Amino acid sequence: MTKIILSAAAGAVALGLGAQVASAQTLESVQENGYVQCGVSTGLAGFSNTDDAGDWTGLDVDYCRALAAAIFDDPEAVRFTPLSAVERFTALQSGEIDVLSRNTTWTMSRDTDLGLNFVGVTFYDGQGFMVPKELEVTSALQLSGASVCVQSGTTTELNLTDYFNANNMDYNPVVFEGLEEVNAAYNAGRCDVYTTDSSGLASIRLQLDNPDDHMILPELISKEPLGPSVRQGDEQWFDIAKWVYYALVSAEELGVNSENVEEMTESENPDIRRLVGSEGTFGEDIGLENDWALKAIKHVGNYGEIFERNVGPETPLQIERGLNALYTDGGVQYAMPVR
Amino acid sequence: MAVTTLDSDASQPARASLLYDPVIRGIVFQVLLALLILYLVVSGIANAAANLANAGIASGFGFLGERAGFDIGQTLIPYTSDSSYQRAFFVGLLNTIFVAAIGIACATVLGFIVGIARLSKNFLVRKVASVYVETLRNIPLLLQLLFWYKAVLSTLPAPRGSLELFNASVLLNNRGLIIPQWLPEAGAGIVYASIAIGIGAAIVIARWAKRRQMATGQAFPTIRMALGLVIGLPLVVLFLMGTPFTPQYPELKGFNFVGGSTLRPEFMALLLGLSLYTAAFIAEIVRAGILAVSKGQTEAAYSLGIRPNTTMRLVIIPQALRVIIPPLTSQYLNLTKNSSLAIAVGYPDLVSVFSGTVANQTGQAVEVISITMLVYLSLSLLTSAFMNWFNSRVALVER
Ligand SMILES: N[C@@H](CCC(=O)N[C@@H](CS)C(=O)NCC(=O)O)C(=O)O
Repeated sequence: MTKIILSAAAGAVALGLGAQVASAQTLESVQENGYVQCGVSTGLAGFSNTDDAGDWTGLDVDYCRALAAAIFDDPEAVRFTPLSAVERFTALQSGEIDVLSRNTTWTMSRDTDLGLNFVGVTFYDGQGFMVPKELEVTSALQLSGASVCVQSGTTTELNLTDYFNANNMDYNPVVFEGLEEVNAAYNAGRCDVYTTDSSGLASIRLQLDNPDDHMILPELISKEPLGPSVRQGDEQWFDIAKWVYYALVSAEELGVNSENVEEMTESENPDIRRLVGSEGTFGEDIGLENDWALKAIKHVGNYGEIFERNVGPETPLQIERGLNALYTDGGVQYAMPVR
Repeated sequence: MAVTTLDSDASQPARASLLYDPVIRGIVFQVLLALLILYLVVSGIANAAANLANAGIASGFGFLGERAGFDIGQTLIPYTSDSSYQRAFFVGLLNTIFVAAIGIACATVLGFIVGIARLSKNFLVRKVASVYVETLRNIPLLLQLLFWYKAVLSTLPAPRGSLELFNASVLLNNRGLIIPQWLPEAGAGIVYASIAIGIGAAIVIARWAKRRQMATGQAFPTIRMALGLVIGLPLVVLFLMGTPFTPQYPELKGFNFVGGSTLRPEFMALLLGLSLYTAAFIAEIVRAGILAVSKGQTEAAYSLGIRPNTTMRLVIIPQALRVIIPPLTSQYLNLTKNSSLAIAVGYPDLVSVFSGTVANQTGQAVEVISITMLVYLSLSLLTSAFMNWFNSRVALVER
């Protein structure tokens, strides 16, 4: 909260006293600084979280690392700013961060009113409910009268209202700004239900005292396309952010991964040759070097590798590819061609 | 300040030039300064609006009329997700005022008791009071709030295992304190009226007693009389009318209790934290105020044969209040501003509802934060205006 007030105050002063809001120079200032400033969550295992060694890991984190690798050939050239749901947009608007990669739902009002542009959808999700097993609830439709823990400033808060209204059910919202507080309240039994993105639930469940005592209900009550976003008004930076995401998905489509990407420069396949920079000037066209995608893939892996490493069935989160599989495998991940 | 010399104008010799007239010069410079500030503010706002538009961020206050779309856990006025953001603002504002007002009342009562206890002749009472003050004053308020919320209230049992008080009519669990609701029946109006009559009569009698004492010196047991009228009268009427209220007891249905009124743990934690913390400061102010009244006053009163209790009430406290009220005012302001820590314990105050949820859902942080700051400023100014008025009433009146 202090952060948002500070940012807003700084923003107001900057805006009011005529300082031009940074536009069109993001890449330049990033290169000058030597790192990308990336806004992430305050700790959501699988998406953005610090590991035992204090390093940031997760799907959202890896996107930022790929972006940094494409620019600097160094996935470590990123600094992370942990942000609560309420703080995140102000941090991006005020220039505190260069890119927001924090399980943020792409909605029309965010896209149009907040002065930001969504890069793509790195994770297709929906909102779900988690309950203690001892309540013996099997469907969200049995939740009338429940106390529901929810984080403020999220789409979750709004969907929750719509869902209970639409089904003529009562509920009692218990709202906190910080993820820690919501988790603690649910853990202590202050609420009967925890609601957020189902991927978030999978991650939060693991952080509870007894994960096995809790279950996620089958209903998904909304569409939550989660993806990174950048400030509006800097087309070049928007292009870079967008194409790094497409490059990661393209790489998976084309069978290019962190292991074989160096060899792929010799590939005969023109699609692959364009992707890894053996042909064309695609990198230069967005202000980078032509092997931008190669660097990103080499250090971070393709989309599939990132998914499997952070949230896939082999990880504690055990999330199936589902909608996030490539379009060729029955999912909806589909990259625009590098051409 | 230049204006105060105006009335002496007539007696002054005419000036050679307006340019050297200190009155005129003073006015000119003040007007210039005001214009400059106005210009800075207006151009600042215009510039901010232009920059927001450039950055593609919506601006203006039109959002206040839009549908809020989210629910709030504690609402003192009717509110649903279909209400406007403006309505949500008032819900948050009232929640802030509600917790601040009750907090101020509790902190004052407790603070006075502890402050006086610190001067007690009884060793134990004195020590307990000092330990209270030293402990609570020196632990950050946020920690205390989290302590009450997490360490105390969230360890209460779940609804099914509620602690039952007063024959199970009052329940305490981790969803809050649930008390029966008293629904008025026909005849309840007469009880309400008797409360109003009691208060009115008490005021009239108090005035009369004061006037009589001023004139004749005869004392009147005003306080006992007033208590009897304000509390006793409605009670008598209540029984005469055969208690025209039906209690609605809380009942366990599904997940939680239905019926009855609930004091949510978020509210209780915030109220406890704010009151106990501020009371420690008020206690010190009260102690200092009492010590500031010289011992000679007590001795003088005793030598006139006034009893210790009366001396305290009529000689010491009125003089101590003059020392107490100014710093007390700033404690009240602190408590009100500290209530914005509510968000840490999930209480839906103005900051949590408006600069938290509304700011985020609309993305108009600049507008929302400006409004919020303006509200806290106004609340503070109102509180200190009231306390200044009160201070001038108790200030030394020379007769
Ligand atoms: N996708 C939703 C919700 C995102 C969200 O904030 N989820 C919470 C609960 S899973 C979270 O990630 N909190 C992490 C934090 O506050 O650091 C949105 O964009 O509004």
